[in-house]
Amino acid sequence: MQSIIIGPGQGQWLAAGRAHADSATVGRAAMPANTTQHDPERARRFREAALPHLDDVYTLARYLLRDASDAEDAVQECYLRALKHFDTYRGPAMKPWLFAILRNVCRAEYARRAASPNAGIDDTAEAAEQTLWREEQQTPEAELLRERDASTIRRLVDTLAEPFKETFVLREINDLSYREIADAIGAPVGTVMSRLARARAMLRSAWLREQEQL
Amino acid sequence: MICDETEILIHALTDNELDASHAREVEVHIATCPRCTAELNSYRQMREMMNKAELRFTAPASLRQRLDELLPKPAPAAPSNVTPLTGRRSVLRGFALGSAVSALAATLLVTVVMRQDDQQMIESEIVSSHLRSLQPGHLIDVVSTDQHTVKPWFNGKLDVSPPVIDLTAQGFTLIGGRLDYVNDRGIGAIVYKRRAHVINLFVAQTSNTAHKPAKMETIQGFNIRRWSDRGMNFWAVSDIGADELAEFGEKFEAAAQNNKEG
Repeated sequence: MQSIIIGPGQGQWLAAGRAHADSATVGRAAMPANTTQHDPERARRFREAALPHLDDVYTLARYLLRDASDAEDAVQECYLRALKHFDTYRGPAMKPWLFAILRNVCRAEYARRAASPNAGIDDTAEAAEQTLWREEQQTPEAELLRERDASTIRRLVDTLAEPFKETFVLREINDLSYREIADAIGAPVGTVMSRLARARAMLRSAWLREQEQL
Repeated sequence: MICDETEILIHALTDNELDASHAREVEVHIATCPRCTAELNSYRQMREMMNKAELRFTAPASLRQRLDELLPKPAPAAPSNVTPLTGRRSVLRGFALGSAVSALAATLLVTVVMRQDDQQMIESEIVSSHLRSLQPGHLIDVVSTDQHTVKPWFNGKLDVSPPVIDLTAQGFTLIGGRLDYVNDRGIGAIVYKRRAHVINLFVAQTSNTAHKPAKMETIQGFNIRRWSDRGMNFWAVSDIGADELAEFGEKFEAAAQNNKEG
């Protein structure tokens, strides 16, 4: 059983975290937690358990927040919160646990966006980034097609209403089982099943409409 | 089974979230219902398209670095005597996760059809695979009674090289091998016969190299003998009696042991 050590530095970090949640700008200015007294063994266990899921957590954040830089901040905040609560983590699955934390972080971000009139998604930045992302790719024809599909699917997934999008991404992209999704979103498996059915039906009709327009 | 129910369950079916008997029930309904067949096909197509498209994001290196700086520094890793299987995908990797015991106020439908736990989930699927293999034309991909033909056949098809052992002298005839899928992952099946009965021996890689002694279970009237050895999980499934299946397992393990030493 690990004891929770709150040194002066860490107390400051906690306060910083709270101030963050209040002003709801996630992440970046948090105090480095390693400036404080800590348990290296606990740090190692946390890193080994949580860091392998970084791409997954980042992917979910990208879909939930639709903005690369907000996603980075949210992931950072998620990992700091996870570290803070690591002592109460009782497993067995790390990924759904991290996702549950990330969802809470994203909630705060939604609230901030709703409160700030200028906080909408910057479409130009998004578009510019898409272009950049495209240029990095190889361009044989099959690759191009696949990429066009990928960006279409991403766009269509984005149009799904929040609870459906979330369940869909957790299943199709993050590859969670129904039970893990239920754990991550705190809903019964039955809800997961019906949301997934709805999400797929909506996505399919959106995709078909899209194909007709081509 | 009616269409309304199937509308939801069809997703659970494509996601491999149904236990074997319900999966069969849904499959039976779909086979008789053109509408549900069309639904299933269209969702399969969608799944295929999604699999081809790269929908995941990779965390930027800058984020990784920032986290590395923010998180407390780790103690050096404890010496481990387990060889890490980096770069090789453990076939049943995902199975170790999940089954967090949360109070699930699931609907009756769900509590009835969902698998009980991971182990049972794998075994249900193993039984499904066994059942499917018994349908005409599904049993064997490579027909041979020669272990030196069957074993190389698996090369490049799996991330594990299953031990193929001829037990004809011991009363279990090797008749071939098959590539099967459990939870969307490739798994090797070695097929034996005892009189008119088929024994499927499923072999999958595991990251756990410890030897685990055999456990016998019965699912839907089929006996399953499960054991682990040298980084592989084995499930022998058949409708022969538990005592005969145990005999099969023991002879296989003994022969594998001899091969290792010899």
